[in-house]
Amino acid sequence: MHELSICGSIAEIVTRRANGRPVDTIHVRVGQLRQVVPDTLVYCWTVVSADTALDGSRLELENIKARIKCRTCDGLSDLGDYPIMLCGTCDSADVEVVAGEEFLITALELAEV
Amino acid sequence: MGRFHRHDDGTAHEHDHPQGHDGTPEHEHSHLGDGARHDPQHGDGAGLIGREEHLGDHSAYETGRERIEVLERIFDENDRTAAANRADLLHHGVCAVNLMSSPGAGKTTLLRETLRRLAGTVRVGVIEGDIETSLDADRLTGFGAEITLVNTGNGFGGECHLDAPMVRSALPRLPLSELDLVLIENVGNLVCPAEFDVGEHARAMIYSVTEGEEKPLKYPVMFRSSDLVVINKIDLLPHLDFDLELFRANLRKVNPTVTTIDVSARTGDGVDAWCAWLGSQLAGSRQPAASVQ
Ligand SMILES: Nc1nc2c(ncn2[C@@H]2O[C@H](COP(=O)(O)OP(=O)(O)OP(=O)(O)O)[C@@H](O)[C@H]2O)c(=O)[nH]1
Ligand SMILES: [Mg+2]
Ligand SMILES: [Zn+2]
Repeated sequence: MHELSICGSIAEIVTRRANGRPVDTIHVRVGQLRQVVPDTLVYCWTVVSADTALDGSRLELENIKARIKCRTCDGLSDLGDYPIMLCGTCDSADVEVVAGEEFLITALELAEV
Repeated sequence: MGRFHRHDDGTAHEHDHPQGHDGTPEHEHSHLGDGARHDPQHGDGAGLIGREEHLGDHSAYETGRERIEVLERIFDENDRTAAANRADLLHHGVCAVNLMSSPGAGKTTLLRETLRRLAGTVRVGVIEGDIETSLDADRLTGFGAEITLVNTGNGFGGECHLDAPMVRSALPRLPLSELDLVLIENVGNLVCPAEFDVGEHARAMIYSVTEGEEKPLKYPVMFRSSDLVVINKIDLLPHLDFDLELFRANLRKVNPTVTTIDVSARTGDGVDAWCAWLGSQLAGSRQPAASVQ
């Protein structure tokens, strides 16, 4: 349940950025390699935001698929359900993750007042 | 340092629109270094960029509600505090190792054996992340190590992990200038601790052979973020139908470069090799370049 403390961090960032203006939607980008359970995150947000200035705002998640790049052959592979760190082209283990570790707030939409 | 550290610096990339509307390759992707390798001939920029799936609707774009671009990493605050912890430790010449595992894999037992062996040679401090009790800390007294407890029990039955601010609050309780090594026993949990950098120099995961061979595939993040995996409770192997080689193969799939040490914290088997690994971390952390990643 680290989603709860993550929501605390989200609240901190959003409160600072919104600067008193009412927030409707918070756009969050989440990479596949993050261990964030979307439903749990959304639920925890209702708990954390309740009775605060952010009460009633909602999280909208944007998922990013994980991808690795091979240092041997330069090939790119999508990771499937398991993050197996092997190049899909040449089987090399010398790979780096180029997408899927994102975890950030991309934008806020303010509520109409 | 673990390989699994944040690269999600907003690494701005434009959406990879499948229809490639106007085709202008004005997207930026600042994945350090590899930008240079990207050749625009690929045209659609599909190159280094993960496909994105937008969940939900895009109605907001039409309603004309005011939109504020943010691009802030959610772990920013934690990671800044982790960097401060790391700097303080470095300043005092102290190496910190973050011990993570599922509940009951043997962190405290191994710590106890470690303190017993290092007593008198390495000056050790311990940060105990037990959720509610001092039970684990009590098991570690008597070996001359400085022990401090982090109370993670705040709300909802306690935190499931240590984060950098918790470790920050514990550091002043340790006499850093008199220590060589700080061992951090994280909360027993196979998921959450891996997400939080606490300012450690290295991550070690304790895995017990009672846990099943497929764990690296099911919980890849912690296995992937660890510099070392201690395979513990090997004294039980004769009683289990555990396939050690299958486990190693699964582990290598998610973390091809990881080091492993076979240990029984119960019989003491392999504990010296573990202590030697700690020694090598200690030596490494004192070379200025070693802790940078
Ligand atoms: N047979 C055997 N048992 C072990 C070994 N290491 C630990 N144990 C036992 O496993 C149980 C849990 O060990 P702990 O050291 O408390 O595990 P832990 O990871 O600190 O547990 P939490 O802090 O609760 O997550 C205890 O009963 C230990 O005696 C080992 O190498 N072999
Ligand atoms: Mg313990
Ligand atoms: Zn390859």
